[in-house]
Amino acid sequence: MPEAADKISVTVDGKEVKADPGELIIEVAERAGAFVPRFCYHPRMKPVGMCRMCLVEVSSPRGPSLQPACFVSVADGMEISTESESVQKAQSGVLEYLLLNHPLDCPVCDKGGECPLQDQTLAYGPGESRQVEEKRHFAKPIPISTLVELDRERCIQCARCTRFANEIAGEALIDFFGRGEDTEVAIFPGKPFDSYFAGNTVQICPVGALTATPYRFKARPWDLEQVESTCTLCSVGCRVAVQSSANEVVRHLGIDIDSVNHSWLCDKGRFGYLAMRSETRLLEPSLRESGELVEVSWSDALEKAAALISEAKLAHGPQAIGFLGGARLTNESAYAWAKVAKAVVATDNTDAQLGDGIPAELVLSLPRATIGDACRAKKVIVIGEDLKEIAPVLFLRLRPLIAEGKIDLVEFSTHETSLSNLAKASIPLVPGELGTRVRALIDSIKGTKDAGEGIGIDIQEIKNATQTLGSLENNPDLVVIYSNSSAIENTEDLKAGILALEESFKNAKFMPVLKRSNIFGALDMGLSPNLLPGRVTFGAAKEYYKKQWGSVPEKSGMGTLEMLHAAAESKIKVLVLLGCDPIADFPDAKLAKEALSKVDSVIFVDSLANTSLDYADIVLAASMDSEREGSFTNLEGRISRISKKVSASGSSWPDWAIAIELADALGDDLGFGSLDDIAKEIARLAPAYQGLRSTLSLNSEVDEGILLPVKATKVELKRKQGDPMVHLGLISVEHQGAPLKSGASNEPGVYSDEKQQQDIGSTISLISKSDIKSDTTSKPETAASGAKSLRLVVTRKLFDRGTHVDSSLFFRDLVPEQEVRIHPETASSLGISSGEKVSISGETCKVSGQVILDNRVDQSGVVLIWNVSEEDVRSLVSNSEKSAHWVEVES
Amino acid sequence: MAHLSKELYEKCKSVVALYPEARSALIPLCHMAQGQDGWLTSEAMEDIAELTGVTPAEVRGTASFYDMLHLEPVGKHVVALCTNIACMLNGSMELLEHAEEKLGISAGGTTSDGEFTLEESECLAGCDKSPCVQVNHRFFGPLDDKGFDQLLDDLKAGKLRDDVPSHGVLSRVDRKFPLALSPSEIAAERVEMETAKSQRDEKRKISEGAN
Ligand code: SF4
Ligand code: SF4
Ligand code: FES
Ligand code: FES
Repeated sequence: MPEAADKISVTVDGKEVKADPGELIIEVAERAGAFVPRFCYHPRMKPVGMCRMCLVEVSSPRGPSLQPACFVSVADGMEISTESESVQKAQSGVLEYLLLNHPLDCPVCDKGGECPLQDQTLAYGPGESRQVEEKRHFAKPIPISTLVELDRERCIQCARCTRFANEIAGEALIDFFGRGEDTEVAIFPGKPFDSYFAGNTVQICPVGALTATPYRFKARPWDLEQVESTCTLCSVGCRVAVQSSANEVVRHLGIDIDSVNHSWLCDKGRFGYLAMRSETRLLEPSLRESGELVEVSWSDALEKAAALISEAKLAHGPQAIGFLGGARLTNESAYAWAKVAKAVVATDNTDAQLGDGIPAELVLSLPRATIGDACRAKKVIVIGEDLKEIAPVLFLRLRPLIAEGKIDLVEFSTHETSLSNLAKASIPLVPGELGTRVRALIDSIKGTKDAGEGIGIDIQEIKNATQTLGSLENNPDLVVIYSNSSAIENTEDLKAGILALEESFKNAKFMPVLKRSNIFGALDMGLSPNLLPGRVTFGAAKEYYKKQWGSVPEKSGMGTLEMLHAAAESKIKVLVLLGCDPIADFPDAKLAKEALSKVDSVIFVDSLANTSLDYADIVLAASMDSEREGSFTNLEGRISRISKKVSASGSSWPDWAIAIELADALGDDLGFGSLDDIAKEIARLAPAYQGLRSTLSLNSEVDEGILLPVKATKVELKRKQGDPMVHLGLISVEHQGAPLKSGASNEPGVYSDEKQQQDIGSTISLISKSDIKSDTTSKPETAASGAKSLRLVVTRKLFDRGTHVDSSLFFRDLVPEQEVRIHPETASSLGISSGEKVSISGETCKVSGQVILDNRVDQSGVVLIWNVSEEDVRSLVSNSEKSAHWVEVES
Repeated sequence: MAHLSKELYEKCKSVVALYPEARSALIPLCHMAQGQDGWLTSEAMEDIAELTGVTPAEVRGTASFYDMLHLEPVGKHVVALCTNIACMLNGSMELLEHAEEKLGISAGGTTSDGEFTLEESECLAGCDKSPCVQVNHRFFGPLDDKGFDQLLDDLKAGKLRDDVPSHGVLSRVDRKFPLALSPSEIAAERVEMETAKSQRDEKRKISEGAN
C-alpha cells in the first residue's frame, strides 16, 4: 500500500476521492460509486479506448472536455463528471452510432436478456433510431472454430476478443479484417480459432457476435439458475458459475477471482459439462452376470461388493484389497474412501496417482507457491511438461507476464513448449538428466564450474539461465513450477532436481503440477500409501488416527505400480477403482490389463465408462460435478467449493454416500452420515485442515478460497462487487432472481476457528522434507542402449482420449493426431523430413505419427503424445519399472 | 517450402533486419510479395507471418486495411480512377462511367481477359493532371474519353511496358540492403535511374516515330 502522501485527489461528480497516480478514471470513478458505461474496457486486459462509450467530462486548463475514462489516468485536482449534459449527449451519440449497423435481432440472439448493448442502450441510449438506410449485411453465423461461431453483423468492434487472443492467450488467430463499416473479426482462411481458450471470447463479447456452439439457442438468461462452483477438470481449480435451465447444466462461465482464474477458463473446463449427458454415462449400479453388466439395485450392488471385499480379506488378509485412483473425488469423498480403506478394510493400499505422478512426500512437504506468488515473482523456473497442456489457466496467468518481461522464465523441457519462445533460457531436458542439469546450473551460478561443463548440452542456455538467475541469495521470491517431464519415467530424477533447487535457493517456493482434477485434495485426504488425512505420514499419525478412527492398517501399503504387480501375480484379489482408468492412465497398459484380468474382482466406482470398464465386476454409479457437493483443493493447496446445481442423473450417488453405504454393508460405521458431518470431521481431525470451520469448505462466500494449511487466523469474508462487464451473463442472471452465491454462512467474516484449533492442540507434525525417501532401487537410466534406438519421451496434451474428453462429441474433434517430435539432425540422419508420416516401433508394437522437427528435442530422443490415438504410445511402453524406453523411428 | 522465391525470401529477411521489431517490416514485405505475384496471396501472407513473427491472421488483418494491397487476384493493369474533388470537377465521374462501359465492368471488377481491374479511388495527389488515372501506380492524365481509350489500347498492346511495370512492383530499382548507403552510392543509383529513364524515353520516341 502506498503511503497516503503518494495519493492524489480528484473529484468525481463533486465527490472528492483519493487515487493512486496512474489509475484510470474509470477505476477511480467506480470506487467513488459512479459506474461509467463501457464496452471495450476489461480490467484484466490493457485499455484501448476503442468504443468511446466511457466518455466523461474532465476539467482541464483549456476548459472541460470529453475524455475516454478507460484510457486516461487521473491527475491531481482533476474534476470528473460522469453525468453532465454533454456526457449524456455523448453516451447517447455513441450508442446511436454503434446501433447504426447493428441488426437488432435480439429475439434470436443468445445474448438477448444479458446483453450490455441492450442494457446500456436502455440506460443511456437515444430511445429511437433515425436510421432509414439499409444496414450492412454479412452471412449469418460462421464457425470460426469447433466451439465458437461468429455473427459479424452484431459485432461492435470493441476488440475484446482480438485483444484476449493476442494479449492474454498469445494466439492472435483472430484479427480485424477490412476497414470502416466493413470491418469484421476474421480468422485466416483455413486456420480456425483453435485456441484452448477460445471460449473466453464468447464470455467477454459484449454483444451476441461470438456464441458458443454448444450453447446456441439452448436457453434464455431468464430461464437460468446458477451457482458458484469449481472446475475439477484439472488441478488449477478455476472458479466457475454453473448455470442450468430446466435441471440441465447448459453453461459454465468463469468467475473473476484475484487468486486463481481472473474470470478465464479453458475450453475443457468451459464445455466439460457436456459429458454429463454422454451416452457413456453410468447411471445405475450394475453387476456382471455371465459376461454382461446387468443393472441392479444399490443394495444388491453394495452387498455384493462388501461380500467380495470381506471374503478376500478373510481369506488373504487386508493386503489383498487395493484402492486405485481418487482424483475425481471431492475432499469429503476422498476422506470417506480413505477411511473405508484404512479404517474399515484396514489396508494402506491406496493410491490416487496412477504411476505417472510426483511422489506425494515431495508434493506435500516443500513450501508451496500460490499462483499469485508465481505471478508476482520476478523469476520463475518451469520444469517438465508444457503448462498449457496440463494446467491451462495457470499458463494463461503466467504467459502475459512473461511476454511483458515482468517475469523472467527459465525452462527445463524435453521439447518446445508454449513458453519456450518467451523464456530467457530454455534448457533442454532428457529424462533422467534433470538432477545433473540443475546441479550444473547451480555450479555455474556459484561460479564453481563453467556453464554446462562436462554435461554436453547447449552451454549458451546454461549461461543464459545463470545470467537470469544471478545469484543463489538474490532470489527471495523465486518460484519453481514442476511436473514430470515424461509420463513414462520414474520420478527419482525429478526428485533429485527439485531437492537440489530447494537446497540452493533458500526461499524458493514450489508448485507441483499434476494434471488430474482434485489430485491434491486426494493426497491431502490420505489416498496414498503411507499417508493419513491432513498431510501427515503413517509414522507420525498412526497412533492418533487409531485413537480417532478405532483402527488403522497394520503395515504401510503399496502404490499403484506395486498394486498392479501384486494383482498381476494374484496377490491382490480385489481392486476398487475410484474413478480411474488404469489401462489408459497407467504408463504400462499391458501390466494394467493383466492386473485387471487376474484379480478376482474389480469394483468400479465412476460416472463415465472407460476402457477399464470391460474388467469391472461391480459398477457403482457416481454423480458428476454439478450433481454433487463438496470441496476441492487445487495445486496451490487452496480449498474452494464444488456446488450442486442439478439433480443426480439416474440412480447415481455422490461418492461419499457410496463409501458410507459400503462401510455399512461391511458391518462398520464411518461415524458420519452426511456431507456436513464429513466436513466437520475433516476440520476436527485432519491436521492441515484443522480449525477449518466446518461451514467453511462448503461455503461459497469466501471468494478466494482458503489456503492450506489453515492457520489460526481469521479469513476475511471477501465478496467483490460484481462488474457486469466482466461477469457478463452472470450478473444479469443474478438480477433475474438467481443469485450466484447460495448457502450464505452463519457467521460471516471469520472462517477459521482459533478456539477449536487450540482445543485440539495439534501435536502431530505435518509431513516434511525428512519424510522424502530416496528410492535407490529405481535409478534413472541415462545411457543409450543402441546407436539406432531413440529414447522415448511421452508428453501430454490437454485434449487426449481420457475418459472425460472421450465422453464429449465436441471434445473428440479436438484430440490431436500423434506427433513425432524429433531433432532436425536426427531426422536427417534417419532420412525423414518434416510432416512425413513415420512409424515408431517398440519391442512388440508399432504406432505411427507425423514428424515435427524440433530443435529443442535431444538428438538421442523422440517425443510422442500420450493417449491420443487408438494405436497408442501406451503399447510401446512395457515393463514400467524400467525407466527408459527405446524405440526405432522409420518412414 | 516458402511460396516467395528464394531470392525474395532472402531479401525480405534483410528488410526485417532493418527494424528493431520484426513486425514493423510487415507492410514493406506485403508490397514485396505483391510485387512477385501481382496480388497478396494467402501463401505469401503465411510466409510474411513467419518472417515477422506474427500470425497469418494478423498479416491479413493489417493488409486488408490498405487499398494498395490486394487480397484477391487483379488484372495485369490496375486502373485507379480518381473521383475526388479536383478530378470530379474536371469530369472524372463521366470518365468513370465511360470506363465502366468501355471495359464492361463496374468499379472494383476485373475484365474477363484478365487485362484490367478498374478501381474508383480517392485523391491520388495528381490533381494537376485531373482527371487523373493511375495504372499500376503510374500516373496518367489529364484524360478525356478518347485519351482513356488510347491508354487502354496502348497498355493492351504492350506499348507502355517500359513505363508501367507489372502490378505490385513499386520500384524497379533494386535497393541493396541494408539501407545505410554512402552518398556516393545514392548518387550512383540516381544516375542509374536517370539513364534508364532517358533510355526509355529514347526508345519510345523511336517507336512513336516508327508509327
Ligand atoms: S466479436 Fe464481440 S468481442 Fe469481438 S470485437 Fe466484435 S463485439 Fe467485440
Ligand atoms: S484450467 Fe483446469 S480448472 Fe481451469 S477451467 Fe481449465 S480444466 Fe478447469
Ligand atoms: S473507449 Fe472506454 S470503454 Fe471503450
Ligand atoms: S483529386 Fe484526383 S488526384 Fe487529387
